[in-house]
Amino acid sequence: MTPAKAEMNPAPEHQPADLSVSAAKDAMIRLTGVEQRYKTKDHDVLALTDVNLNIGKGEFLVLLGPSGCGKTTLLRIIAGLLQSTSGTVEIDNKPLWNKKARNDDAMDELGVVFQEANMFPWMTIEDNIALPLKLRGVPKAERRARAAELCKMVGIEGFEKRWPRQLSGGMRQRAAIARALSTKPQILLMDEPFGALDAMTRDAMNLELQRIWMESGCTIVLVTHSIREAVFLADRILLLSPRPGRMDTITDIEIERPRDTYVQSTQGFQDYELSLRQRLDSFA
Amino acid sequence: MGKYAAWVATPLVLALLVLIWQFYVVVFEVSPFILPPPLAVWHATVELLSEPKTYSHIAITVYETVAGFLIAVIIGIVFGGLLGKIRWLERTLNPLIVGLQVMPKVALIPLFIVWFGFGPTSKVVLAAVISFFPIMTNTILGMKSVETGHRDVMLALNASRWQTFKEVELQNALPFILTGMEVGIVLATIGAIVGEYLGGSQGLGYMAVATLNAFDVTSMFGVIFLLTILGLVLYFFVVMLRRFVTPWHEAVTSTRD
Ligand SMILES: Nc1ncnc2c1ncn2[C@@H]1O[C@H](COP(=O)(O)OP(=O)(O)O)[C@@H](O)[C@H]1O
Ligand SMILES: [Mg+2]
Repeated sequence: MTPAKAEMNPAPEHQPADLSVSAAKDAMIRLTGVEQRYKTKDHDVLALTDVNLNIGKGEFLVLLGPSGCGKTTLLRIIAGLLQSTSGTVEIDNKPLWNKKARNDDAMDELGVVFQEANMFPWMTIEDNIALPLKLRGVPKAERRARAAELCKMVGIEGFEKRWPRQLSGGMRQRAAIARALSTKPQILLMDEPFGALDAMTRDAMNLELQRIWMESGCTIVLVTHSIREAVFLADRILLLSPRPGRMDTITDIEIERPRDTYVQSTQGFQDYELSLRQRLDSFA
Repeated sequence: MGKYAAWVATPLVLALLVLIWQFYVVVFEVSPFILPPPLAVWHATVELLSEPKTYSHIAITVYETVAGFLIAVIIGIVFGGLLGKIRWLERTLNPLIVGLQVMPKVALIPLFIVWFGFGPTSKVVLAAVISFFPIMTNTILGMKSVETGHRDVMLALNASRWQTFKEVELQNALPFILTGMEVGIVLATIGAIVGEYLGGSQGLGYMAVATLNAFDVTSMFGVIFLLTILGLVLYFFVVMLRRFVTPWHEAVTSTRD
């Protein structure tokens, strides 16, 4: 079994149709000609260039690449935290930006999880999780109920009234996922969400994330630099190459779901890992 | 170890200092007009506390300090909040703020007496002016020191400026504001007392001057003792406030274990 892999680069017309979602109306996220230049004191940095990508409804896409290849930049562009210096982003067929202003309707579809849990220390776990609802004017009783439901979903039931610092790192990250899911967004964006966790917690979190994704039916874009994590979670892996960051290859992961931890020792899984590893090593 | 130091070692050190004081006064036959012995000071304090007028002086000083301090807290947080939120305003007013901060506020008391009279009001104003700056600057600092990760969360949630202020910046500033208030209450006490020294006929500061003018140095020491207790009580009120305002903060709960 060989990974389905294709050159995405440089000309978009070489891109085989099945690698990007062909029925354009099914695209949840559409990136067209996205490029990012950072201005620094002495010179400009071209962090990301020529990104053309459609991400399908309900798809689990993983962005993989060596550090500094623009993964965070791309995710922040999709999240509306950064306006790309050129190109367009559409969320559910709505442009994310109208000139310099963010489109509130498009933003409402997004939930973001960062590498750090970023819990607000002055709010209980419950209040942290329900903050997005509070900002939308949802009444308190309803927020409580939803927070309790979410705590159960991510496995931190009973910790609703605790302060964030009373929880372990893994539990705080679960709370961060719950917060991102509180508004039932169509899209969940995650930047190395488990990067700061130990290997065992990480495996457990990957399983949970798969379950949450299958239950909620949302679209997930997850950034990682762990090949194993990428293969385990993804429907498709977009490999980015560095200097400047650009799309290298797209790999379809055809492993049945739900996947369990043991799938990692199967031949098929390891073939994917090996071929991605070789491709990554070729960048160095 | 921490508890041991506070409850055993501190009183021991205090007792030792009082003993040295007593020993010094007796051995070197110091005149009571220069340094009265501790026991005499204690008796003078008890004497003072048996007179009703002492309490009205205490009440005046407490009023001036607390009123001035509360005004400073409100104005300090409002100004700090505005300057912390509106960058151009802060940049415009910064030179002015630094200038006012450096200026010795005590030098303003004659002016305040001209403006507000010899009564308590001029002291309230001095206490407010003197304790306002640490509260305001700490509020600004607290609002600006919001973690980037926290800002990103609010940005990703598409929060309005007001929501970000209310839910994040102000909350983040609270521990800083409390630190400003701890400095502020001490300064407010000093402001009220110095105001009383320099003009008027009420309050503990006035009493200190009056006893000195009557060559009653022992009673003056008694007044200073009362002032110290008053300052300590007010300071601990503010310190205790931290537990109620920021129960989530590490500085509050880590002392428990
Ligand atoms: N705010 C910034 N200003 C200047 N350069 C930046 C900034 N953020 C990222 N970069 C540069 O852009 C490139 C991509 O960074 P990033 O997206 O963080 O990569 P990754 O997440 O894949 O490690 C790096 O070379 C980095 O130094
Ligand atoms: Mg990154």
